[in-house]
Amino acid sequence: MQSTRYRSVRRITRNWGLYLLLLPSLVLLVMFAYKPMYGIIIAFKDYKNSLGIMGSPWSDPLLKNFMRFFNSFQCKTTIRNTLWLSLYSMLAGFPIPIMLALMINQITAKRFRKGFQTILYLPHFISTVVMVGLLLIWLSPSTGLIGTIYRMFGKEAPNLMGMASAFPSLYVWSDIWQHAGWDSIIFLAALSSIDPTLYEAATVDGASRWQKLCYIDLPLILPTACIMLILRAGNLMNVGFEKVFLMQNDLNMQTSEVIATYVYKMGLKNNQYAVSTAVNLFNNVINFVLLVLVNGVTRKLGDTSLW
Amino acid sequence: MTHTGHRVRRQGRDVVFDAILYSICAVLLLIILYPLWFIVIASFSDPSAVAGGHVWVWPVGFTLDGYDELLKQPKVWLGYRNTIAYTVAGTLIGLAVNIPAAYALSRKDLWGRKGLMGLYVFTMFFSGGLIPIFLTVQQAGLYNTFWVLVLPFSVSAYNIIVARTFFETSLPPDLWDAAQIDGCGNLRFFFTMALPLSKAVISVIALWTAVGQWNSYFNALIYIRDENLYPLQLIMRNILITNQNFAALGTGEAAMIAMRRANLVRYAMIIIATVPIMCVYPFIQKYFDQGVMIGAVKG
Repeated sequence: MQSTRYRSVRRITRNWGLYLLLLPSLVLLVMFAYKPMYGIIIAFKDYKNSLGIMGSPWSDPLLKNFMRFFNSFQCKTTIRNTLWLSLYSMLAGFPIPIMLALMINQITAKRFRKGFQTILYLPHFISTVVMVGLLLIWLSPSTGLIGTIYRMFGKEAPNLMGMASAFPSLYVWSDIWQHAGWDSIIFLAALSSIDPTLYEAATVDGASRWQKLCYIDLPLILPTACIMLILRAGNLMNVGFEKVFLMQNDLNMQTSEVIATYVYKMGLKNNQYAVSTAVNLFNNVINFVLLVLVNGVTRKLGDTSLW
Repeated sequence: MTHTGHRVRRQGRDVVFDAILYSICAVLLLIILYPLWFIVIASFSDPSAVAGGHVWVWPVGFTLDGYDELLKQPKVWLGYRNTIAYTVAGTLIGLAVNIPAAYALSRKDLWGRKGLMGLYVFTMFFSGGLIPIFLTVQQAGLYNTFWVLVLPFSVSAYNIIVARTFFETSLPPDLWDAAQIDGCGNLRFFFTMALPLSKAVISVIALWTAVGQWNSYFNALIYIRDENLYPLQLIMRNILITNQNFAALGTGEAAMIAMRRANLVRYAMIIIATVPIMCVYPFIQKYFDQGVMIGAVKG
């Protein structure tokens, strides 16, 4: 007992340099990641800025701030929009990077392949602000590409950015345009690790390239694909704020209001700190539970897990 | 005879396969490049030709008015300068914070390694949320300062995992054992041995951080009030997006012309803000690929 404690003390003192290397990041982590977690109790308080977190009285009933959200008319729409956007992204955005990777893998001309990949990854580096700016320009009914195309057929173009029904598709497909190429890298890595003797054997047996693709490539990247899909499922309640917020306007609010934008508006626009924190907490907890569940599933399925 | 017949048929199949493959590639290239090319040519074209649908492949009625008008606005220059400052400072701080941490966590003899790693990883999946973080930043006196965009959120668990994986797999453990026998301490080993051997992973992380800083707007939106501290992305948001919604409300000839001119400025804005990244991107792409591969080992 005494000696083990002595040994761990020695292990710490001997490696004091390593702890010094850790120190800056640990300080920042504690100050700006862990300290705010204590602020979560705002969700259970009648928060007043002047009284501070500790000084503000507990809300009565304790879940009052949560109830205010659940009883509000926006509750159902924001949850529904959040779920639908991420489900749609997942279903539409998942198969495309796999198909791209299978395709790139078939390109035999080395230089063309490299150039093709470079261009495919290019949109990934465009900022969200520029991406939404591009969407507005392309889709402008009077001056954009879409307006020109509609006029060629003698029709008036609809204002897609102002249509609630078009918002989910615009959000998802512009995301695919921007990131599908980049997302294919992980599958390309999986493909490049396939044993080449499998292809040689298949060639000897007279398999065509299409057959090799179907019977070697596809089954062998399936495990990677499964893991990626499950990981995405863990992020089901997590729709990024940045792009939705920029694409949002009064006309498409009905489908574009998600939990993240609601938290922002409630908190920083309307100064309803407590309700905003409650909604945020509700969302984070669901996310975290999903992730733990999903990680459990991946661990059961294979040896890959997040932790 | 039958053998050659087989081969001919097989080659025939492969030709069809290649034809389909390369045509799909061509279509994809068009889908990605044309919308971007359109912005480039539109930024050099007469705005009424763009609106009339006459601009397809090359600029029509060549003009630099959009760039001219844009570069006359001092806030654009200011935003550019600020973004460069944020990117440089953010990248340096990001490296200074994350790389040493990653090295320390890569050492198997670090007491409490698992728990410490968990402390970092946990922040990837759970956070205090918008308002608690906002209040913390405010309390720390960082609200509406230069530092809020480069310091408090510079710890990246993801980057630490990537760098740690690199240190674990490419620094031979014998190296540290040998150095230790020669009386070399942890700090000296890190700075004189580990760092010089890790240029690959350092450049990957530097590039990720730099691109992230260059493109981000969220933290500035929330924590920066002073327009003199606005990064380019936030100024761009006002020019590209916020004003667009107003412009769409106007009608009539005058509004139309104003809108077209505003569009010209927007095209130019996009080009000016995106060109730096697009220029360096082809040269650094391979580092990004490598980074994804390193990260994929244990994502």
